[in-house]
Amino acid sequence: MWRPDFQGLLDKLLSRNLILPPRRTKSEIQSLLFAPFALRAMTPKAASLRFHVESLLAGRYSSPFQYHDRRIVETVPAGIPPIDDLTGGLPRGSLTEIYGPPCSGKTTFLTSTLASRTAASEVCALVDARDAFDPRSAEIVGVNLNQLVWVRCRNADQALRATDLLIQGGGFGLIALDLSDTPPNVVRSVPLPVWFRFRRAVEYTPTILLLLDQESNAKSCASLVLRLRTEETHWSQTAEFAEGAGLPHSPGLLLDGWKSHAEMIRSSARPRGSPLVSGFSDGDAVNFETQMIWSDSGAIRERLVPAISKGAREKR
Amino acid sequence: MAFASIFVPNCMVQAVVRADPSLRERLLALIDGNPPLCSVVAVNEKAAQAGLACGMTKSNAAEFPGLEIRPRSRALEKTAHAALLDVGWSVSPQIEDTAEDAIVLDLTGLGHLFRSEEEIAAHLLRRSSDCGLQPNVAVASNIEAALLAARGFSGITVIPPGKESECLSHLSVNALPLSEETAETLNRWGVHTCGAFAALPVLQISERLGQEGVRLHALARGAESRSLIVAEQESSFEEEMELDDAVEELDPLSFLLGRLLDQLCARLAARSLAAASVSVRFGLQPAFEDALDPRKEPSLQKRLPAIYETTIELPVPARDSKMLLKLLRLRLQSNPPAAPIQKIALLAESARPRAVQGGLFLPCFPEPDKLELTIARIANVVGQGNVGSPALADTHCPDGFHMQRFLFSLDAGKLDGGAKRSSRRGMPGEFSGMPASFRTFRPPIPAKIELREERPFRVAFQGMRGRVLAVSGPWRISGDWWRENPWQQEEWDLEIDFVSSMDGDSPAVRRPGRGVYRFFYDALRQGWFVRGIYD
Repeated sequence: MWRPDFQGLLDKLLSRNLILPPRRTKSEIQSLLFAPFALRAMTPKAASLRFHVESLLAGRYSSPFQYHDRRIVETVPAGIPPIDDLTGGLPRGSLTEIYGPPCSGKTTFLTSTLASRTAASEVCALVDARDAFDPRSAEIVGVNLNQLVWVRCRNADQALRATDLLIQGGGFGLIALDLSDTPPNVVRSVPLPVWFRFRRAVEYTPTILLLLDQESNAKSCASLVLRLRTEETHWSQTAEFAEGAGLPHSPGLLLDGWKSHAEMIRSSARPRGSPLVSGFSDGDAVNFETQMIWSDSGAIRERLVPAISKGAREKR
Repeated sequence: MAFASIFVPNCMVQAVVRADPSLRERLLALIDGNPPLCSVVAVNEKAAQAGLACGMTKSNAAEFPGLEIRPRSRALEKTAHAALLDVGWSVSPQIEDTAEDAIVLDLTGLGHLFRSEEEIAAHLLRRSSDCGLQPNVAVASNIEAALLAARGFSGITVIPPGKESECLSHLSVNALPLSEETAETLNRWGVHTCGAFAALPVLQISERLGQEGVRLHALARGAESRSLIVAEQESSFEEEMELDDAVEELDPLSFLLGRLLDQLCARLAARSLAAASVSVRFGLQPAFEDALDPRKEPSLQKRLPAIYETTIELPVPARDSKMLLKLLRLRLQSNPPAAPIQKIALLAESARPRAVQGGLFLPCFPEPDKLELTIARIANVVGQGNVGSPALADTHCPDGFHMQRFLFSLDAGKLDGGAKRSSRRGMPGEFSGMPASFRTFRPPIPAKIELREERPFRVAFQGMRGRVLAVSGPWRISGDWWRENPWQQEEWDLEIDFVSSMDGDSPAVRRPGRGVYRFFYDALRQGWFVRGIYD
């Protein structure tokens, strides 16, 4: 017959120093616990055992069998106010996944987060699986490039190995793994234990591990999952071409930005005291605007409208 | 005023044993000379007790069982002598480099650090042992007495002031620097100890042996005094090793490098210094094929470099031998030498170790040693030059940047609040949205553009086709026309709808839907390319 390990349970409860009032001795508690079983046959069912122990400890300790995760998760702002309000910020010591199709705003999210962390004087690392990072636009956004370790990879395998080495090295405020341009079938082939191992490696460290891809791959390994998509693109015409141009296309037409939609698919950050088991956020969503900055001094742009000769066009 | 002398007895043997401590417990003989006329030039104590003597031929010596025969190594003797100097400089800044096997230290002022001269001598002995040497240490009130005592007595000898003659009286007269003629003369006289020599009247000594005799008489009495000739401190530390058999594999090479690094770091630690950079120089084995095939023209023979050199620059001075060994291994894995290695030399440039004052409110940052190791490991995976910090180039050329080494400075990493965040370059006055970012395709993707009314109408690239919804451009940029690589481009921002009903699309290609891409026409290459995507 299965005998529950009451001794082990008792020792655990006693060691926590939460249940024993000073006037009770260990032998008294033992007699209280074992007395019902001395009187009748032992009940193998865990539910009845639990009920008995809870009734004996009623008034001294509530829910002795429920384990509460008392770890306080620190969050930091991502640098996008609507998303920070929605999610409460990016959790440290956890894996955060941002996924969406191309042109959905993932890179804007990445550079904004890098700018936020480097402004806080933290050292950040970017593992770029397809070498797509643009330092010039990142600097315009506010990323301090001197505090960024940029790893330029050729494939996902190199990216995963580099990420592993960075996590093992430690000390980074943010490690971003950018798989946005990696074909989804390649990222899907990464085994789930890899993400689980990454998550466990950054646990209890101040490092934020940020994953960007086109589909959700980390699944439950990610503490925060956001899905991005583009709602609409904004184009504007300059004043001199605002009226009378009559053409849908014009050199005076400028990309103004776009509106992105961010949906929180999963967030494990819960207020303190609330149960862990149930209730993630239900797909809360928010829109945020992205705006172009055209005062980039790195490019000299000349209006070309009527100056392009017909001969040059024919040559193409 | 007191002086300490450190003398390394049998320094040739000690230099070899320092490089290979396993020889300390074995019979060891060193040979020198051109084969086949090699002869034994030095033996250790165990070999001497077994009957070996200097001058024996190699073949005679080889008859002794368990004897280890090694060639004499002047490189090892040089590094052992450098280690001896470092031991001296670790205690006193005034050192005299007296001989290959002896140095003298000025102990003035050390009374504040050490309680007694015995403690100073014990400290010197301990430091020498850390560097792999087993010397004799003597302390006396004058230089020559200290030297003589160190050469004559083993272990630690402290001569109280005024007792030099008494302490040195039992030394053999052969400990003095005698010429052959003087030694023969003293032998004929029956003078065998310094005490007996010191007891002779100095006037008669000068009549028979001249000024040399007077000087030797003063040495025997411990009364000869002179000034210290101070040696200049070296700022570089070098360790060398010559190998009997060339090494090809990384693991045995790592073992040898580790040993040399341990000695190097011990010397740095003795001087309270650290290594700012470590240079490795390998002497490579010449190509064997060249010697075997005389038919080949010398010009046709592939010449391998005779020397392999590489340098590791450290962001922060360090003297952790294990960390330096890991960095060296990673460097050799990524850039291995072309031939087996016959000689190893390590050179470390010294610098003051950096002292960092931690704080409670500093942001987290990686430790410089671990970061350097991590970056080296990543460089082995992705290639040298593909990990570091981006630095924008002073050019208008798109994608103009270069990779530089990542150097994190704690001073630059102090919290400055939102100052950097707010100083975005090129920000307009009022800004309500998030600044957009760009993803670059490297290299740019070739594209096919269908024009209509002088505007892009349809595009195709990477197996995808799409219809243009909106166009911004063209924006002409050019530059570097005064250089060898000029560039001239017309940029367009196109919003594209990748339609699913296009014929000829590869089913494996995932269409991105809709997006804004930056295309450009390269006027010099006369082709369309996709530079990147707004994301």
